[in-house]
Amino acid sequence: MSLIEIAGLHKSFGSTEVLRGIDLAVASGEVVAIIGRSGSGKSTLLRCINGLESVDAGDITVAGEALGTGEARLRALRLKVGMIFQQFNLFPHKTAGQNVMLARQVVRGSPRAEAEALARRMLDRVGLGAKFDAYPAQLSGGQQQRVAIARALAMEPLALLCDEVTSALDPELVGEVLGVVRELAAEGMTLIMVTHEMAFAREVCDRVVFMHEGRVHEIGPPAEIFAEPRTPELRAFVARGH
Amino acid sequence: MTQFTFVDILTNLLWASRWTVLLSLAAFAGGGLLALGLLFAAIGRARWPGRLARLYVEIFQGTPLLMQLFLAFFGLGLLGIDVSPWLAACAALILWSAAFLVEIWRGCVMAIGRGQWEASAALGMGYAAQMRHVVLPQALRLAVPPTVGFSVQVVKGTALTSIIGFLELTKAGTVLSNASFQPFTVFGLVALIYFALCFPLSVGARRLERKLNVAH
Ligand SMILES: Nc1ncnc2c1ncn2[C@@H]1O[C@H](COP(=O)(O)OP(=O)(O)OP(=O)(O)O)[C@@H](O)[C@H]1O
Ligand SMILES: [Mg+2]
Repeated sequence: MSLIEIAGLHKSFGSTEVLRGIDLAVASGEVVAIIGRSGSGKSTLLRCINGLESVDAGDITVAGEALGTGEARLRALRLKVGMIFQQFNLFPHKTAGQNVMLARQVVRGSPRAEAEALARRMLDRVGLGAKFDAYPAQLSGGQQQRVAIARALAMEPLALLCDEVTSALDPELVGEVLGVVRELAAEGMTLIMVTHEMAFAREVCDRVVFMHEGRVHEIGPPAEIFAEPRTPELRAFVARGH
Repeated sequence: MTQFTFVDILTNLLWASRWTVLLSLAAFAGGGLLALGLLFAAIGRARWPGRLARLYVEIFQGTPLLMQLFLAFFGLGLLGIDVSPWLAACAALILWSAAFLVEIWRGCVMAIGRGQWEASAALGMGYAAQMRHVVLPQALRLAVPPTVGFSVQVVKGTALTSIIGFLELTKAGTVLSNASFQPFTVFGLVALIYFALCFPLSVGARRLERKLNVAH
């Protein structure tokens, strides 16, 4: 059974229909890349999956439970699906360690000592064990993004949604973040990532989703998608060397 | 007719300025408390409290403080409620300060970016937890300099209460100037005392602003 199932998902902003019927199933442990032109609805799809946007029609099921509308159900969903943002969105008034500990304490109710031990483990995991007491402003973009990953991991989600997590980084910092993502994938974490890093998608992902005008236009293993695009839209997209 | 020496004038003014200080403190503290209540109405999710808070702000920012003082003093008197100038001055200044403080603070809460809300929501935090652990602590830092800055407006605002006969610094100045026939000396000193009260506040506001900017 799939961990995340999306069926007939529609979403409009005002009169513009951004998602026009998305069907997608992601198995546990699968790594899925979402590619597509700007404005094709990639971010909106991710944001619908963890309830940051309300959906107009269709079903989203995570681990067998349907996405509801009430605040309590949304919060239950978000405990299963973590999200990493392009702009990191660390809490600037808290240290790296406190960033990782906070939700653990106030959402999961973990005692302080336990949350701290977990935070140290998670920061170690992303190679930032030494930065526990550093504030986000004292960290490089790549380090901030790794803290954001540790923060999401601390909630022990079943899946992680990554929205262009390296797009805001200087080129020389991209590698360290992708390295962490690659490790997560190797450890069996379920990942859905919107990315412009085609080489990375090809290497790490099990499947690639090409979105076009709010629909899943093509889907398949990276070798097929990049080597034998079937539609002219994907061919043009791949040819442009994204 | 008595002769007023410079020292007489100065001591009288200084003595009266304690009322200016007390009134400022009362207005600022009371206004702050009221503003805090209004703030939660203004930024909360419930619709009607939000509307009422906005209406409150519109009314008290959209009318002169002087009119509010008159209404508090004479208006309540007309209703048969006997109010002393002190009470009317306090009430009007508290209501007036609250309207400005709540707008300052609301702006600080609004200044916290959408990303902070979304990141904390994505971690499973509810509205109360987001407010308490993520948004308000950051908004508080932003709020300190403009809040201290506004306290200068409160101090200067107390001068208007002289018109309803509250014997603070300005009123004392008027009385002394009439009695001593030395208006220039008297009001020169009055201005100096106001400056001595306000200057440290504005310097403090600027310092805090610089300090909090660096910390970020
Ligand atoms: N909150 C919103 N209100 C109105 N329109 C929106 C909103 N969010 C997104 N859109 C619109 O929806 C469309 C799809 O946006 P989305 O961010 O999902 O695209 P994307 O595929 O992630 O693009 P990019 O590669 O540029 O990030 C765009 O046309 C965008 O302008
Ligand atoms: Mg996007």
